[in-house]
Amino acid sequence: MASALINVPARAKRGEVIEIKTLISHTMETGFRRTQLGAVIPRDIIRRFVCTYNGTEVFRADLHPAISANPFIVFSTVAIESGTLVFSWTGDNGFSATESAKISVE
Amino acid sequence: MRRLGAVMSALTVAAVAFAGEIPTSERRSGYDFMSRETRAMQDDDTANPGMLWVLEGATLWSRKIGAAGRACAECHGDARTTMKGVAARHPSFDAARGRPVSLEQRINTCRVDRQQAPSLAYESRELLALTAYVARQSRGLPIDVAIDARTQPFLDAGRATFHRRQGQLNLACAQCHDANWGRQLAGNVIPQAHPTGYPLYRLEWQGLGSLQRRLRNCLVGIRAEPYDYGAPEMVDLELYLMWRARGMTMDAPAVRP
Amino acid sequence: MERRTSRRDFLKTAGGIAAGLGLGAVITVEPARATPAEMAEAIRKVVGSARVTPGKVTLDLPPLIENGNAVPLTVTVESPMTEAQHVRAVHVFTEKNPQPNVVSFHLGPRAGRARVATRIRLADSQNVVAICELSDGSLWSDTAGIVVTLAACLEDGI
Repeated sequence: MASALINVPARAKRGEVIEIKTLISHTMETGFRRTQLGAVIPRDIIRRFVCTYNGTEVFRADLHPAISANPFIVFSTVAIESGTLVFSWTGDNGFSATESAKISVE
Repeated sequence: MRRLGAVMSALTVAAVAFAGEIPTSERRSGYDFMSRETRAMQDDDTANPGMLWVLEGATLWSRKIGAAGRACAECHGDARTTMKGVAARHPSFDAARGRPVSLEQRINTCRVDRQQAPSLAYESRELLALTAYVARQSRGLPIDVAIDARTQPFLDAGRATFHRRQGQLNLACAQCHDANWGRQLAGNVIPQAHPTGYPLYRLEWQGLGSLQRRLRNCLVGIRAEPYDYGAPEMVDLELYLMWRARGMTMDAPAVRP
Repeated sequence: MERRTSRRDFLKTAGGIAAGLGLGAVITVEPARATPAEMAEAIRKVVGSARVTPGKVTLDLPPLIENGNAVPLTVTVESPMTEAQHVRAVHVFTEKNPQPNVVSFHLGPRAGRARVATRIRLADSQNVVAICELSDGSLWSDTAGIVVTLAACLEDGI
């Protein structure tokens, strides 16, 4: 059950730089841990996070196992127009999650 | 001389029973022993990973389940009002069982008896989510477990466990957490062990876990046989720890190293 | 009547706990650790062989962290973030993790401000390096050292 917490201001002034915080639940198994019997626990991480703003990509992050479990990413974007921000996470074993947030820009 | 001996014995007994209990005014939450960065992680609800479980708990709260097809919300309404203070008062006495029960046990009793659904396994995602959601509603409130004639014996049992040397390392909880809090152990500061923030996100676990999970970690650490989840010894110890922290402010879901 | 254990007794038992907690009872397999040379190679693979100059970037890391599983990290770059002059990407690397790459952030003029933050895992006390790529192709870096008292990437023994 993937759940994500997004923090985006609901409204902003045109041209304002807004800060966006994202938090998604995922164990981010590094692939470096072993079971008590010595078998390697295979890597299972989120590999990519993308944010689009009314369809245009405005931010992207490529993640490696060194990103902590339950990845937390903070970035910013310019509030250019009202619309929808879409956040998507993709990763190993077909992992895929999407969240969206509306923003009203005056 | 004999009288002095008697006085000394009396003092010894008293000292063993309540050796070095932290004075009420000196009690500090584990929060105070953490680094600035870890505190910041707890303080920001948008950065606190524990909130992911709270979010899930909110969803589960309204989900109809079981043969009765009933959601928690049906009986309990809006948790933000009805669950205020509930976590701060657990473990609490359950008349049907004739003993105190933990919040997890209370939730499972509801599921089995009123929702006719199977009980949730300890440390399962769903049980942690529901517990986190309920505990979140006590944030900012003082811990207030009820100690009366019914719960006193269980409090005493919990206190005895806290003071009893256990395990291959032959240590009692009190030795670290009453007598040596604030000092360093293997690179980390020993906290006073107040359960104000449970269930909490422990960086060591990289996930959310219950107080009983933490207690089991401690017991394994001193090389003692850990009590089973839900065992009477566990709940009695929980009751004692909550009583020991009475009046302190709940801050679930907390973040700890 | 012994109200407090003597210092010697406590140190003895503390040592015992440390040994007990410190993976003594589980199969300990040291994960492969990167070296500064491997980090340099990883950097080269990501940004090419052009010269990287210290400056313009600020890497914020706490000097000491209790647990290497979730270390907060912020990277800021002084930049007007216009179409003509902006930060294209920020890359983070470590010296001693099993793998040197940590993350690559791709920005652009739409970002408005070149500041990103996340939480990372660190396997040991070490140096962390942040490299930013500007729109004019130049590369800038900052390095921060951090002490980690309880490492990440450990086996889950309990």
